Amino acid sequence: MLQNPGLHYLDNAATTIVAPEVADVIHRAMLEHWANPSSLYTPGAESEAALSAARAALARTLGCKSRELYFTSCGSESNNLALLGGALTKKFGKEIVVSGFEHPSVRRPLERLAGMGYTVHFVNPEPDGSLDIRKMLAHVNRSTILVACMMVNNETGARVEVEKLAAEVKKINPRTMVHVDAVQAWMRLPIKLANIDSLAVSGHKIHAPKGVAALYLSDSLAQSFQPPYLGGEQEREKRPGTENLPYALGLAAAAKRLAGNMKQRNEQIAALNRRLREGLSVFPEVEINTPENAVPELLNFSENCIKSETMLAYLAQQQIYVSAASACGRGQPSHTLAAMGRPALAIDTAIRVSFCADNTPEDVDAFLERFEEGMKTLQRIHK
Amino acid sequence: MREVIMGYQGEMSLKGLNRNQFETALMKILRYRLKTVGKFNIYCAQSTFYMEPEEEDIDMDLAFERVSKVFGLAAVSRSVVCEKDFDTICRTAEEYLGQQLRDVRTFKVEARRADKTYPMTSPELMRELGAYLLGKHNYLRVDVRNPQFKVIVEIRDHGAYVHGPKIPGEGGLPVGTSGRALNMLSGGIDSPVAAYRMARRGLALDHIHFASPPYTSERAKLKVKALAQRTAVYTGSCNLFVVPYTKPQEYIRDNAPAMLFTVLMRRSMMRIANQIARRQGCEALITGESLAQVASQTVKALQCTDAAQDLPVLRPLIGMDKTEIIETARHINTFETSILPYEDCCTIFTPPHPKIRPELAEILEAEAGMPGLAALEQQAAEETERIRIRLDDEIDFE
Repeated sequence: MLQNPGLHYLDNAATTIVAPEVADVIHRAMLEHWANPSSLYTPGAESEAALSAARAALARTLGCKSRELYFTSCGSESNNLALLGGALTKKFGKEIVVSGFEHPSVRRPLERLAGMGYTVHFVNPEPDGSLDIRKMLAHVNRSTILVACMMVNNETGARVEVEKLAAEVKKINPRTMVHVDAVQAWMRLPIKLANIDSLAVSGHKIHAPKGVAALYLSDSLAQSFQPPYLGGEQEREKRPGTENLPYALGLAAAAKRLAGNMKQRNEQIAALNRRLREGLSVFPEVEINTPENAVPELLNFSENCIKSETMLAYLAQQQIYVSAASACGRGQPSHTLAAMGRPALAIDTAIRVSFCADNTPEDVDAFLERFEEGMKTLQRIHK
Repeated sequence: MREVIMGYQGEMSLKGLNRNQFETALMKILRYRLKTVGKFNIYCAQSTFYMEPEEEDIDMDLAFERVSKVFGLAAVSRSVVCEKDFDTICRTAEEYLGQQLRDVRTFKVEARRADKTYPMTSPELMRELGAYLLGKHNYLRVDVRNPQFKVIVEIRDHGAYVHGPKIPGEGGLPVGTSGRALNMLSGGIDSPVAAYRMARRGLALDHIHFASPPYTSERAKLKVKALAQRTAVYTGSCNLFVVPYTKPQEYIRDNAPAMLFTVLMRRSMMRIANQIARRQGCEALITGESLAQVASQTVKALQCTDAAQDLPVLRPLIGMDKTEIIETARHINTFETSILPYEDCCTIFTPPHPKIRPELAEILEAEAGMPGLAALEQQAAEETERIRIRLDDEIDFE
């Protein structure tokens, strides 16, 4: 890492290290903007002004209007808010279409809706990890109220052309709401919000702390949107609860920090990805699970020899941190790889490496060196 | 109302001349368990332990919960102390037990009089208090043979005790009265249950765990620590010894026939456990083995592991079914932690086809082919980490 050469943090899809300048913004905001943004006196008004400025800055990075952005506590909350709220709002039908490799914070609310009488179509990814949007569109009809799809898969990095999906969905049924989980895509890919009704982003994937995220709700959807929980008038009643002002400012600062140099970062990270792929190509056992069209930040592969848990612990002894599947599953087998139809051995030996712009070629080399040692010395799975 | 907790002796009361040793031990344990709850006066009279709070605002529910998990008590109850005059006794009984009498149809009153100077006799007390309570609850019937609820009043020198319902305790003998042993804690379902069972027979214990990083993760170790903490509710504070076992385990894998690996590994673990046990003054080893559960737990395999070292190996689960073990694991609240999916030292390197009936001769022969093992075991024993498990520690791992 740039900050610490001894640390090789290659698990940036799980979370990122908070940038010092973001931490500074939050620290100052905690001390300066102590007042409730809803209070009528001057410090309250100042807090509100700071919150509005943060919202506007964030809106600029996403290309939406400021009033279309709602601060939440995490990506999972953003997804739940949009999906459960969407089902409460759209009453003209009972059908939902969703990809088969969604994050649990999308999958599980929809499973609940399925239990409440909705028909939910899950569309599995192809064996190479990509998602065929035509298969999703095949399920969309006049009674489809909601289509949900992630923009970048959190385990393989597979990209979905959600803009195209949204446009096609609207051609079939203009009333269908399109929700996009862009938690892994934000600040990695340009996002165009045309035709998308709601979109979730999260702070801790872009060097802001955990505990802050945002939801984009298009103006047209927001007018009739029924939030799943009720309270005060904060966030235009869509997400009641006193605003987490310092973290909202931190989120805006983190977004501003990354918005300018996306292209340059992408090139740098693509070089790391190439270096890693080249290094892995000498191992005949290694199979790449990440599809061709994926973002360069993520590379998921199966070494087909050693349990991921063992390899992870072995790498961790040298401060090399990667993950198996996603961190949200806490050691559970990967549902994305299972949905791709990968065999059990590949799932048990999957490793996900995910980069950020602070990673260096030395991180990749340290990983490859230790990985090679591990492949030589660690106990292999009995086949 | 001033409440006290009462604990009733079980098996201990059958002891002969050494009974007071057990009582003293149990009193010490009760004092220790209640120390962090508040100040209590604890004494024993007529096979019953009395725990009287000496401060206001003590959390009696917490104290009762703690006491109900102490081994050596066959039953526990709570009671209130009041003035000895009859009217007060009646009012106290109604106030303390009225709610519970509303949920039953039949009851009886029992009275005991330790203070023989009391003006009413026990039968009089029973009759009069029964009549009073019947007057308050006209739907109740008296059933002296098989009542749904017993109201017990005890007249003692310094006050009258109105008892609440008796709740079964954990039974067994006070921890420590049977000596000290080292429990082999793997992280599975069985070993915490084995610890619970043996502590219940009066053994104080420490735990030993074998960790094989990187094959076993840091989380596996935290899981074992959480298991030790959960069992500490019963066993009291203890030590958890974590042995770095990767090197001996790899050595056995590389130098012995694969089909004998598991038994050889268990023997090696037993030898290390023996060393730690002797250092800690433990007089036995405890394992969670259950006959024929896996290949290393057949009679033949047990014979081989037994021969590895000279301390007695206690196997409280040897005749239990897995379902019974799981039941106990749920009872002591370790099941949910035990089934967390982390690899442990017993499951790594296991051969696909282990030998089910190994002969001691072939095991010894295989060990003769591993001259470097003793030194690695010695080193592992020396590098063992000690983690202190305290009764009051929060369990920080779910």
